[in-house]
Amino acid sequence: MDPKFSVDCKEGMAKVELCGRLDATNAPLLQEELKKLIGQKIAHLVFLAKDLEYISSAGLRVMIFAKQKIGVDAHAYLIGAQDAVLSVIKMSGLDNFLTIQDTYNEQ
Amino acid sequence: MLRIDLHPTHTSKDGKYRLRVGKPLPFGATIVPGGVNFSVYSRAATSCELVLFNKHEDKPCCSIAFPDEFRIGNVFTMVVFDLDYENIEYGFYMDGPFEPREGHRFDHTKILMDPYAKVIGGRDLWGKTPDWSDIYQHRARICFDDFDWESDHPLETPVEDLIIYEAHVRGFTKHPSSGVKHPGTFAAIREKIPYLKELGVNCIELMPIHEFDEFENSRTSPVTGKLLMNYWGYSNVGFFAPKGGFAATGKFGMQVDEVKTLVKELHKNGIEVILDVVFNHTAEGNERGPYISYRGIDNKTYYILTPDGYYFNFSGCGNTLNCNNPIVRNMILDCLRYWAADYHVDGFRFDLASILGRDQNGAPMHSPPLLESLAFDPILGKCKLIAEAWDAGGLYQVGSFPAWGRWVEWNGKYRDDLRKFLKGEPGMVGAMAQRLQGSPDLYQWEGRGACASVNFITAHDGFTLKDMVSYNEKHNEANGEGNGDGSNDNYSWNCGWEGDTQDPQVNRLRMKQMKNAVAMLLVSQGTPMILAGDEMANTQWGNNNAYCQDNEISWIDWSLLNKNRELFEFFKKIIAFRMAHPVLRSRTHFLNRDYVGSGYADITWHGARAWNADWSLNSRLLAFMLCGKHAKCGKVVDNSVYVAMNMHWDMHGFELPRLPKNLFWHVVANTDAASPQDIWPVGREIKLENQFEFLVGPRSVVILLAK
Repeated sequence: MDPKFSVDCKEGMAKVELCGRLDATNAPLLQEELKKLIGQKIAHLVFLAKDLEYISSAGLRVMIFAKQKIGVDAHAYLIGAQDAVLSVIKMSGLDNFLTIQDTYNEQ
Repeated sequence: MLRIDLHPTHTSKDGKYRLRVGKPLPFGATIVPGGVNFSVYSRAATSCELVLFNKHEDKPCCSIAFPDEFRIGNVFTMVVFDLDYENIEYGFYMDGPFEPREGHRFDHTKILMDPYAKVIGGRDLWGKTPDWSDIYQHRARICFDDFDWESDHPLETPVEDLIIYEAHVRGFTKHPSSGVKHPGTFAAIREKIPYLKELGVNCIELMPIHEFDEFENSRTSPVTGKLLMNYWGYSNVGFFAPKGGFAATGKFGMQVDEVKTLVKELHKNGIEVILDVVFNHTAEGNERGPYISYRGIDNKTYYILTPDGYYFNFSGCGNTLNCNNPIVRNMILDCLRYWAADYHVDGFRFDLASILGRDQNGAPMHSPPLLESLAFDPILGKCKLIAEAWDAGGLYQVGSFPAWGRWVEWNGKYRDDLRKFLKGEPGMVGAMAQRLQGSPDLYQWEGRGACASVNFITAHDGFTLKDMVSYNEKHNEANGEGNGDGSNDNYSWNCGWEGDTQDPQVNRLRMKQMKNAVAMLLVSQGTPMILAGDEMANTQWGNNNAYCQDNEISWIDWSLLNKNRELFEFFKKIIAFRMAHPVLRSRTHFLNRDYVGSGYADITWHGARAWNADWSLNSRLLAFMLCGKHAKCGKVVDNSVYVAMNMHWDMHGFELPRLPKNLFWHVVANTDAASPQDIWPVGREIKLENQFEFLVGPRSVVILLAK
């Protein structure tokens, strides 16, 4: 199986690399990976999205899930998202938990 | 502990899907661990199949018959495991008798939409020509119920403290002048929240946002050549689903989230959301109409039928929903509860509500079970319930709508009486006295209070405010019905010229008349409703029934905001004035006496002479004074307010009622004065030099405050 994401956690910063599509077919898998981060001390949750072409309702919900479970205090970022993905996130209004940036700048 | 009843027990005939018997409630499609629970009611169907499509595909990918053992009573229910629920569309084949005289019209070749569908595909992009050969036009989809509301909840603003703003989702921002990123959508309304806050409205009433078919009855206008559509949306395809074509994310199927985000944002800014709901008919028309859902699922349950099996037409639209049938009644309750609980909606306005009081044979009922259920429903307990208290079949129930102390009504009499008074018709002062007080003649007998009256001068039906002062006659030729459609009882007056004119005198009078109208509306007891765009003098060029015009006729022209800034400022300030003075916002009717010992009765009537109104036939003058110490039944102390209305064509002096020694009359508004002296911001009212008399100009309204 070729996972369309990778999760890397170091020194309180969790980096999730997204690419291709994130929808109901692979979102549960990502959710399982992210569950492993629960309980660890994470201050910054960074979604790297430059290669993400499409995100669906289910995909967005995994990101929300990650933010809610991994830490209310953690800061969540969406880095380098393509226009198509950004507009979906903004139009649906599900972006209020994310800091949206082109390149990562610690907040 | 793993539950064994969530495991599959059957397999579909083609071996593709694992199944088990489902739970009959809730109806519709519900995501359960591992799969989706489907449940649909039909009393007369003999068999049912679940049909599945991959999104947007022409043909179904499979069809799963409900085994006999998956039927509980009149409900077919099944859990299907391993579904890619984001990417499928589902429907039902239902078989049963085709005996129209008995009320049955089953057709097993038609794919039927789930009446409880929470998301519906097929019209994802407004106005995109459908594939008419598609065998399943309006497709049910499965939605995510979850949404992070954080701490949001319905605002529960008392109804008498609302300023309702009626708007059409698309028309509100579709015009290029609106300057929003996604014109004509829910997302765009969010961009206009700062505007709504500046105006000062605290409640937005959205015309139907449920899924409807804009192509229903579409035709080309013989006059303009434009495509006429079902633009207003008073026609239901699905009661539980928001319209995809109104969503910027419609093409992604994310309209549910987009609407919820809109409600959350509006609430954050103190604005309530009321939805216009249409339970009087569906988009299936009469026996010649299409099979979308209800007709093929259980015709006899869903529709009021004649003894011969034809469709009663109390809605004027081909069929009538059988609202007092217990199944339909429950569906309506489920639907409203869903919008209240899942979308945090603050209230509902019921289109042609009198239909909800008809029994299964069409006869009006004294105590309709549906209306009673709604009035006492626990989940809807704090929701506003607003009735358009008439229907198209002859029932007119303004003042007599079965209310149980909960329902409020669109007061059509307010609209008519205020318009007649405004244009200077004789014999109106008596009626105006009733309307200004919250219409006790209509609502006091059942103890319903002033708050039972939703006062309005304009609504989507009829002229805009600008057109009401610019046209004597309707001009609906563009609708292609020979100007025969739309109301003829407009009680409008064009101020001397029909339509657009450069004449400055006519235009000045029109501006004044609009200010007069909104001033009187905002100082009346009851809940005021204004039509979106009236504050910038939006026009439909005399079309008073623009239900089919998806173009500049009905789209609000935001460039008028700068042109008519004077009017916007007047609206804004008069709204702020109302909100600053609780004496204008009583819940109950006045007692017409002094019960707090202030020396003034709660309301008193005046004319050219104080304490003496002229109630005669030819009088066009009326004034009233509200005693501030009686505000909110004497529980709150407010300033006293005096309003003089001169609808005569000559100037008249109004003798002012005397105030106690330490108080003086200040002018709040005088529509005869040129802007910006026409109205003063709260707290900056101007003390009158002459405390004994005010010269009110012709066709003018003056509002004074005692300080």
